[in-house]
Amino acid sequence: MYTLEFDENLCKTCPTCDCLVKCQYMDLSVDEAKEEMIKIINGDDSFVLQDCVTCYGCEEYCKRGNHPFYLITERREEKGILTAPRAITKQWINIGEPRGKFKTGDIKKKILSFGFMPELLELTQGRLFDDLMPSYVFGQEFFCNVVYIHFANTSIIKERLPMVIDNFRKLDVEEVVCMHDECYGSFASLAPAYGMEVPFKPIHYFEYLYNRLRELGDEIGPLNIKVAYQRPCSSRLSSEKHHFVADIMQLVGAELVERRYQNENALCCGDVLGMIYGYDLRNDIQKRNIDDMVEHGAGYCVFNCPACQNALAAKVTKRGIRPIHIIDLCRMAIGEK
Amino acid sequence: MSNITLSLAEIVGEKYVSNKEEEAYFYARDPGLMPAHKPDYVVVPETVEEVQKIVRLASKKKIPVVPMGAGMSLTGLVIPLKGGIVIDMKRMNKVLEVHEKARYVIVEGGTSHGLLKAYLEKNYPRLRHSIPDSPATATIAANVMIHGQGRLTQQYGFNSDMVSGLEVVLPSGEICKIGSCSVSPDWFSKGAPFPDLSGLFLGWFGATGIITKVALKLYPRKRIRDVEIFVTDREDLVPDMVYELTHTEMVEDINIFAQPLPMIFKDNHHITLFITGDTDEELEFKRKMIWHSLDGFIKSKDGGFMSVPPVMKPTLLDMPQQSVSRFADVKKGGGFEYSGPIIAVEKYAECSRKLMELASQYDLAYSAMARIIGRSHSMMFGFAFTFNRADPDMMERTQKALQEVAEFALAAGGVYWKPTVDEQRMAIERMDPNTRNLMKMIKTSLDPQGIMNPGNWEVH
Repeated sequence: MYTLEFDENLCKTCPTCDCLVKCQYMDLSVDEAKEEMIKIINGDDSFVLQDCVTCYGCEEYCKRGNHPFYLITERREEKGILTAPRAITKQWINIGEPRGKFKTGDIKKKILSFGFMPELLELTQGRLFDDLMPSYVFGQEFFCNVVYIHFANTSIIKERLPMVIDNFRKLDVEEVVCMHDECYGSFASLAPAYGMEVPFKPIHYFEYLYNRLRELGDEIGPLNIKVAYQRPCSSRLSSEKHHFVADIMQLVGAELVERRYQNENALCCGDVLGMIYGYDLRNDIQKRNIDDMVEHGAGYCVFNCPACQNALAAKVTKRGIRPIHIIDLCRMAIGEK
Repeated sequence: MSNITLSLAEIVGEKYVSNKEEEAYFYARDPGLMPAHKPDYVVVPETVEEVQKIVRLASKKKIPVVPMGAGMSLTGLVIPLKGGIVIDMKRMNKVLEVHEKARYVIVEGGTSHGLLKAYLEKNYPRLRHSIPDSPATATIAANVMIHGQGRLTQQYGFNSDMVSGLEVVLPSGEICKIGSCSVSPDWFSKGAPFPDLSGLFLGWFGATGIITKVALKLYPRKRIRDVEIFVTDREDLVPDMVYELTHTEMVEDINIFAQPLPMIFKDNHHITLFITGDTDEELEFKRKMIWHSLDGFIKSKDGGFMSVPPVMKPTLLDMPQQSVSRFADVKKGGGFEYSGPIIAVEKYAECSRKLMELASQYDLAYSAMARIIGRSHSMMFGFAFTFNRADPDMMERTQKALQEVAEFALAAGGVYWKPTVDEQRMAIERMDPNTRNLMKMIKTSLDPQGIMNPGNWEVH
């Protein structure tokens, strides 16, 4: 059985307790944060286990390499504290169940993984990918299963993620470019945190895009647009790759507007939080986020996660901001869109 | 040509009469599971006068007459059980008048829902009618005749409740106007404040007369429509959830579905909520009220609003919904039938459990599809099965399952919607004797020769 590798001492000796102090949804002092984290470590009751909205933010706020959110998730599951309504959790577990309907292209040592996001199949076209396509995988068999941490259900991750990793192992691949941010987080953060060996090198698609754009350098025409970036929850699991957003924007000549809800202070799309907690939380997050984009003059909202795009595209459009996936933005810069 | 064929040809023209085998084959059946029975003649009139003449001829010759819309009931209501003349109404498909300010339309008896929808969208974009989820060719007259339901049923009741006048050809061949139109040029009411005579025809499946004109109430068509889906794994709580939702008075329509495939729908019940607004503000206000009405269930983790991706919305917002047709071919071979009793919303869990039990017992693919009628006053609970027409064993298992549904529905306090002749017989047997006698008196008075759609609503 896989267990979370969590260093209690790192936490107990932490001078800042940023994991909870920086939380955007709870208000805790350093002392209170430490007290609650110790309760959580010891398996005691803590209001944090009730009030955490599952934004994943604390995974990034913790600079000591511990995994506060995974721990919160573990403790919730142990105590039977449901985050989402049961029906929503069931729905997502059913969606991710392997059904033997996966697709694979012409598999090489380096492949693209679309996880189980059909939208990514549509997006991944053109010269940006012509050195790798059609070396790809798609389907539940390659679905990263990270989403279940929203639902305080690590059991399903422990059951399915090793099988997913094994499916990649069977393909004998050396490098997997994860086209879904969450997939990268799964192989680069979640799996190692649970002691699961990953037999390939996961590559975040931001890094891949950045390198491809550099290769296509002469073909890039500066976009001269102002953009706001919609950072997804899963990005908190791979914060070391977040800088590629700014790097890519610089390459394509897009100005990333300096706004309140960016980087560590980013707000999630609100979609899953709405499913879990209802209208008010979702509406509040979305309204503040989009108001912020408008106030800072963004003409485009650049998405990383297709689920975020589904949740916000129509809403930003109504406010005069054009929604666009970062891949499409890059394709625009090389004249393909 | 036989004498009858010649006589019919004199009425409607030779082109619109047939006693040929290929036509008889087609008009002998509907897409459901009821056994076929061929008509002797098929006739397609264009005017009410032609309908009158056909009925007078049939009356004189004592030949059965079966009026037919698109033949979509699935329960054999226009299968000519005793042969005779099938009157296909499809040529009488004109939109005659729209009274915009009084919000009603008068259409001929063969006008389809699809035609009226297209007509209103083009000419009266601020008006709409209640569109059922049957194929667009389903006719309005047949739909109100079977007490169909549509996209506005949660707000305004059965589609037949939205009728505001009728013109009927009686079994004697006389034309009879029903409602305000009997004394006024305006067709704004099917009964009130006079005695409501529409009940002599609506629900009778043509056994008391043929509807040649229908006035139908129209309703405001809002600029924007959207859909939300509340999911729960607690079927027993569905009635409470529907009660809260209907209390808001902000939902256009409430449909509930449960089915094992695709996997996203497995193990849950999906309360589909359609909302409308003229502005984003109106829509969002309604959305907020609707979500808040279910906050208690979200807090108790008994249900939540699922994320409906943009790609899924057009399918859900389609009127009629194409997904019903797709379900019909899940098993390939195009077989689909459902029994949809009208029953108290409190019986949702009972119905749902029975459906799953039957699907398991008879090894059938199933879908539960309920439509709320009025402010939770009742619901249509569809026990739907899909089968392969090329598989006689599967068809027999489906028939057995539907027979059990029929027995269950009555026992559970439901009443049949568009019942087969067997279900009509079961309902009549269970009916209060005085009601039964009243039905017999009505039928005998209007159709003493028993020529109108014989086999249906026969009280012996």
